[in-house]
Amino acid sequence: MRLRLVPEQTNINFFRYAWVTFGASALMVVMSVIVFFVYGLNFGIDFRGGTSIRTESTQSVDVAAYREALTPLELGDVSITQVFDPTFDDDQNVAMIRIQAQDGDESISPQTILQIQDALRGVAPDITFPSVESVGPKVSGELIRTAVLAVLGALTAIVIYIWLRFEWQFAVGAVAALVHDVVLTIGIFALFQIRFDLAIIAALLTIVGYSINDTVVVFDRARENLRKYKAKPLVEVLNLSANETLSRTIMTSGTTLIALIALLVLGGDVIRGFVFAIAWGIIVGTYSSLYVAKNIVLMLGVKRDWSKKDPAAGTKYGHIDT
Amino acid sequence: MLSISYPKQIMIWLTVVVGLMLALPNGFYNRVETSNDARALIDAGQTSAALEEDAALWPSFLPSNLVNLGLDLRGGAHLLVEVAVQDVHASFLEGFWPQVRDVLAAERNVVGFVTREEGPANELRVRISEAAGANRAFELARGLGRPVTSFTGAAASNIDVRINGTLLTITISEAEMSAMNERTMLQTLEIIRRRIDEVGTREPTIQRQGAERVLVQVPGVGSAQEIKDLLGTTAQLTFNPVVARTTNENESPGTGNFLVPSVDEPGLFYILERRPVVTGEQLENAQLDFDQNNRPAVGFRFNTSAARIFGDYTLANVGSPFAIVLDNEVISAPTIQSHIPGGSGIITGNFTVEEATNLAVLLRAGALPAELTFLEERTIGPELGQDSIDAGRLAAMVGGVLVILFMGLSYGLFGWFANIALAINLGLIFGVLSLVGATLTLPGIAGIVLTVGMAVDANVLVFERIREELKTAKGPARAIELGYERALSAITDSNFTTFMVATILFTLGSGPVRGFAITLGLGIITSVFTAIFVTRSLISIWFAYRRPKTIEV
Repeated sequence: MRLRLVPEQTNINFFRYAWVTFGASALMVVMSVIVFFVYGLNFGIDFRGGTSIRTESTQSVDVAAYREALTPLELGDVSITQVFDPTFDDDQNVAMIRIQAQDGDESISPQTILQIQDALRGVAPDITFPSVESVGPKVSGELIRTAVLAVLGALTAIVIYIWLRFEWQFAVGAVAALVHDVVLTIGIFALFQIRFDLAIIAALLTIVGYSINDTVVVFDRARENLRKYKAKPLVEVLNLSANETLSRTIMTSGTTLIALIALLVLGGDVIRGFVFAIAWGIIVGTYSSLYVAKNIVLMLGVKRDWSKKDPAAGTKYGHIDT
Repeated sequence: MLSISYPKQIMIWLTVVVGLMLALPNGFYNRVETSNDARALIDAGQTSAALEEDAALWPSFLPSNLVNLGLDLRGGAHLLVEVAVQDVHASFLEGFWPQVRDVLAAERNVVGFVTREEGPANELRVRISEAAGANRAFELARGLGRPVTSFTGAAASNIDVRINGTLLTITISEAEMSAMNERTMLQTLEIIRRRIDEVGTREPTIQRQGAERVLVQVPGVGSAQEIKDLLGTTAQLTFNPVVARTTNENESPGTGNFLVPSVDEPGLFYILERRPVVTGEQLENAQLDFDQNNRPAVGFRFNTSAARIFGDYTLANVGSPFAIVLDNEVISAPTIQSHIPGGSGIITGNFTVEEATNLAVLLRAGALPAELTFLEERTIGPELGQDSIDAGRLAAMVGGVLVILFMGLSYGLFGWFANIALAINLGLIFGVLSLVGATLTLPGIAGIVLTVGMAVDANVLVFERIREELKTAKGPARAIELGYERALSAITDSNFTTFMVATILFTLGSGPVRGFAITLGLGIITSVFTAIFVTRSLISIWFAYRRPKTIEV
């Protein structure tokens, strides 16, 4: 017996509640933008500059005591968070300390790091520092620029490729779906204040890559069906294509999500944000291929005639003047 | 035709075998690494029974390339430094001033008095007192320019001269500027490499980034601080004649002299002649040594020409002090007791053994042409890296097993074909990563796990298509063939777009992001290969053997 996530023959009308689904997507996008502007992103040191120190100790983390120990050093904005992870041992207590970029310094001075380490040893004598990372404001500014460039570059390259391979309406549909996915991912990072660093940009681009993958498969089928059923209305052709590829869409998203969930749970806290972004992106990406990209194509309409131009085309309007 | 011709089959499986052989060493990482290290030492001329034994841990006929582990997995230090190339510009102009002065002074009757005026560091400003001599001064100054040797062959002058009234402004020309920056960067890279090699850490990465930056990655170092200590000093060593000692830090040193603080005695300053007798560049060797009181010191030896100059100088100046200046601080200012002919000596100061060793390293490696600023530094502990590897491995295994079960349950026998292809795919990724010497980072592991999920996509596309074709009641062979044929355009388009994204990530990203892009990109190539060729080959072998009347996908 086969495991079937999707019945063999489906006939779902993806457009029946088009205004609800499309409206919901539009609403989510708007809300993400609002959340982004109201809460802002919790930028990591990659983008903001500053120092982040990972501490590990057998004693439980007392955030207030850590903070108190660091106050006399006058480091400006200091954030201390305890890190929890199922892969940690029972007596493994981990915290992340983030310190703002110090005035006038590109990277933190060794003395400051020593002072911080000494101060923390006063609280937890067996404390160790598995990682110390420091990024100067100069580099962080550039990192933001390249990150934005990377995302825009990827989107542009994709639009051009889809436009060449399909029709411009498909390109618009695909890029709308991509923007939808990226914006929603940024939105959830702003909402839950998950740390947004360089790796998350990589995740965003992966989402872009994955989502376009999904969208292209549906489009590819739509192109084939448009040639096959020349008389069928566009809505029906798009619906048929989505139904025919639905099983594949769910299978692929399913297997990818299985692998990602394993990584999310067992992969450790260092890459959790990164994996979460990809997993979330795959869910919204699958949704957007089914409910966003096609809607745009439908709204824009598609030239149906792929056959060679009518040889008489040049004389078609010959009689207008008469 | 469903069946694949024999030559093609052989090609496919040969590729698979080669790929898997390349991946094999990674299964025995520590053993192969020990063996490789031992072999490198034997090649370098060392021999011992222990080394031979280590080398024999891995047979030499097998491939021995390993995937490099990134800093986030192995632990180590990562530093991004910026080279202050403008330092070199300033010192070039500084050195240019005496020439300008001399050539103008020679025609004092035309240009009048020549004085230097303060200006920005990238300009040399010279004031003449006779306005009538302005044109002559301009010509003279311009005559000092040397043609810049560049690859383009266009011989531009190395200086730009402007005259405004009686003010002569000399700047470095564009062509010279870029040639100079290029030289400075190459020299800096070389010296950084030498300094890091001196401390003997394995496989450091020293890479130029952009116009003025250098990326330094040293695996296995406990903290970035160690590297920073090594690179933070320019180590410009000079031996200068002492003019006077003073406690007034604002005292005017007079022309041709400069004021330098003393390291050991705070508040004490030396006035030295600007022109050094000898410099650190003329050192032939430097090593840890001890003075007569058994305190740590740095022993040095000059090369032949410097030894002669130093010998002559000491002979002529017995009884007067000279200063040993390191990075604009006087380390010590001994009095010359007697003629020092051999060109060797020791530098004493309040050194610890460690400081003296470090200074010797720096002196041997040579001075940095310009100061370095640290823009970014990261230290990752080795335990954290090991934790990440363990977690990644576990996650990949659990994810892999789940995906395999899922595929098996969904597509039956065909699913298992896909699973074999998936396993081969993972092997191939590691094989190619080892072959090109790519670096595996933590996001890279995520990229592989993601590939596990996505690698089945091409197979799923084909299998779903075969299912559809079966519905239209064609024979199984025809259905399989059509399935492959018709799924191909979707596979190409979807993977090509993802591959484009991976390329963009690789080009624009750095460090971990780049590591992710590599595994993602390679994963796409290998997964398309395994899905289109390996699975298909498996199916066609099975089909030829079984000749089924009906198939279930």
